Amino acid sequence: MATILDAKGLNKSFGAVTAAKDIHVAVEADSIVGLIGSNGAGKTTFINMVTGYLKPDTGSIVFNGRDITALRPRNITRLGICRSFQIPQLFNSMTVGENLLVGVGIVAGTGGGWAAAGATASSPAAVVDTMLDRFGLGHVRDRQAGLLPEGTRKLLDIAMAMVVQPRILLLDEPTSGVSADEKFTLMDMVMAAVRESRVTVLFVEHDMEIVERYTQRILAFYEGRIIADGVPSHVLADPEVRRYVIGEHVPAAEGTAGHA
Amino acid sequence: MKFDRTCIAIVGLAVVLLIAGPLLPAWAVSLANVSLCLGTVVLGMMLLMRTGLVSFGHGLYYCLGAYAAGTLENLVKVSDIALMVLAGAAVTAVVSGLLGLLLSRYREIFFAMLSLAFSMILYGLLVKSAALGSTDGFNISAKTLAGFAVDGDSRRVVLYSIAVIVTLGSALLLHLYLSSHRGRLAGAIRDNELRVEYMGASVRATIHVNYVISAVLAGIGGALMAVNIGHIDPEMAYWPQSGEFVFVAILSGTGSVFAPLAGALVFETIRSFAYEYSPNTWQMVLGITMLLVILFLPGGLWSIFKRRKAG
Ligand SMILES: Nc1ncnc2c1ncn2[C@@H]1O[C@H](COP(=O)(O)OP(=O)(O)OP(=O)(O)O)[C@@H](O)[C@H]1O
Ligand SMILES: [Mg+2]
Repeated sequence: MATILDAKGLNKSFGAVTAAKDIHVAVEADSIVGLIGSNGAGKTTFINMVTGYLKPDTGSIVFNGRDITALRPRNITRLGICRSFQIPQLFNSMTVGENLLVGVGIVAGTGGGWAAAGATASSPAAVVDTMLDRFGLGHVRDRQAGLLPEGTRKLLDIAMAMVVQPRILLLDEPTSGVSADEKFTLMDMVMAAVRESRVTVLFVEHDMEIVERYTQRILAFYEGRIIADGVPSHVLADPEVRRYVIGEHVPAAEGTAGHA
Repeated sequence: MKFDRTCIAIVGLAVVLLIAGPLLPAWAVSLANVSLCLGTVVLGMMLLMRTGLVSFGHGLYYCLGAYAAGTLENLVKVSDIALMVLAGAAVTAVVSGLLGLLLSRYREIFFAMLSLAFSMILYGLLVKSAALGSTDGFNISAKTLAGFAVDGDSRRVVLYSIAVIVTLGSALLLHLYLSSHRGRLAGAIRDNELRVEYMGASVRATIHVNYVISAVLAGIGGALMAVNIGHIDPEMAYWPQSGEFVFVAILSGTGSVFAPLAGALVFETIRSFAYEYSPNTWQMVLGITMLLVILFLPGGLWSIFKRRKAG
């Protein structure tokens, strides 16, 4: 299958902290990829670089054959890469419906340059309704976003990334702050929405059950490096991953030496 | 963008005000007239506030609009009211287009103070310009409207009618803008700039556009006021004038385009009556009014209507 996103040799340091070190990732179109790693491993930094919020110190990012390393977030969004946030970024004084309408308006207003031809044909309100339905947010349509419970804010945050019609969706801990029994419902909803629009998804997740269930490939981060990359069964069985990511106590002898 | 109930209400109000004009006593027409001019400026302040910005220097555009109108008459010898108001709009559009390049990079107190700085520069320049009357300014006669003479007994009502049409026309256009996709970005930017950028829109470009619109509204208000009062001077760019715009904008609230118009009317009414009955303490009356609004109506005077609607 075709590579849709190609990160080549990304490095990023903040003073003495190395947040990305020689990151090479080629993502295939329509795949679902999980990013795992303990706190501070560099997962958000990777998302920030891909979406233009941070510029890598060295290396390049290619999307659909186009170098996007130097672009700003809004231009990257227009090309078709969008993200959700670890801490939801909403328009708090607006209603849920209005939050989505802003995105619909931007897509329509920029001439639909990056929007699929058919999608802009329906009225803005109809697009908003469809998105509300997909994410089960219909009942809070007219509620103020700033007053919603965390789980709902999280869903709206993802819906806001979807409403601008991305080809690649990067989700930063979509299920954090969501209660354990609602996590799977949320992921099912996201995956259903994604499948309908044929979107490639990369998502950061700490819950290994979720990663295993929803991904075809896992990238494991540790201290800014990718220490394992492959199918879930393989990566989750990797001794280094179990030691540094999952936090199991694995005797040093079992791990590949030299990574401490 | 669609012609909703607010649009119909604006047009309805304009018609009522136009019919009422000739029937009102002279003092009421004058009061309404200055309120409408001030209201136009405050409409612009409202747009900025919706975008999350407060300018302490909108006197700059108020004054520029007035001087553009005045200069057209004085130096170019064109004294048609329509052209004078257009000149006010055009000059402020150009100047704010340029200054907006810089100001759209700033937020909060930096935006406010930088706006103030530019207005003080204009004040300084005008005070030093002997050709423009220096601190005294100069008088304006504004003799015609689209070729027809505007004088005699009807002058007051004609000027009032122009103010009604221009101000409510501005309110209508601003309302249509605010309910458009681009207009909706104002509130989005105030809430969360990061998300706006991540949704694919340029925060700076939007702020720039809104800044120009608000400056043009101030310029039109200034030109109208100049024509009405018949005199302009550099005080129009001085900081207390800019402060007054902020004052009225906060007094009004940003809930609707009617808010600045109602707020301006309340402000001018308080000012004229307080000034008449207690010339030494009218600022105190205004101060207490503001205190009460902030304490009991933090959403501005307009929130009275909203609450009633909700209840
Ligand atoms: N803007 C920044 N300035 C300084 N240091 C930063 C910045 N962003 C990230 N870091 C540092 O880079 C490292 C990687 O951070 P990052 O946010 O990418 O981790 P993460 O894998 O997303 O962790 P978490 O699971 O806690 O969200 C951390 O040590 C962090 O403190
Ligand atoms: Mg993170």
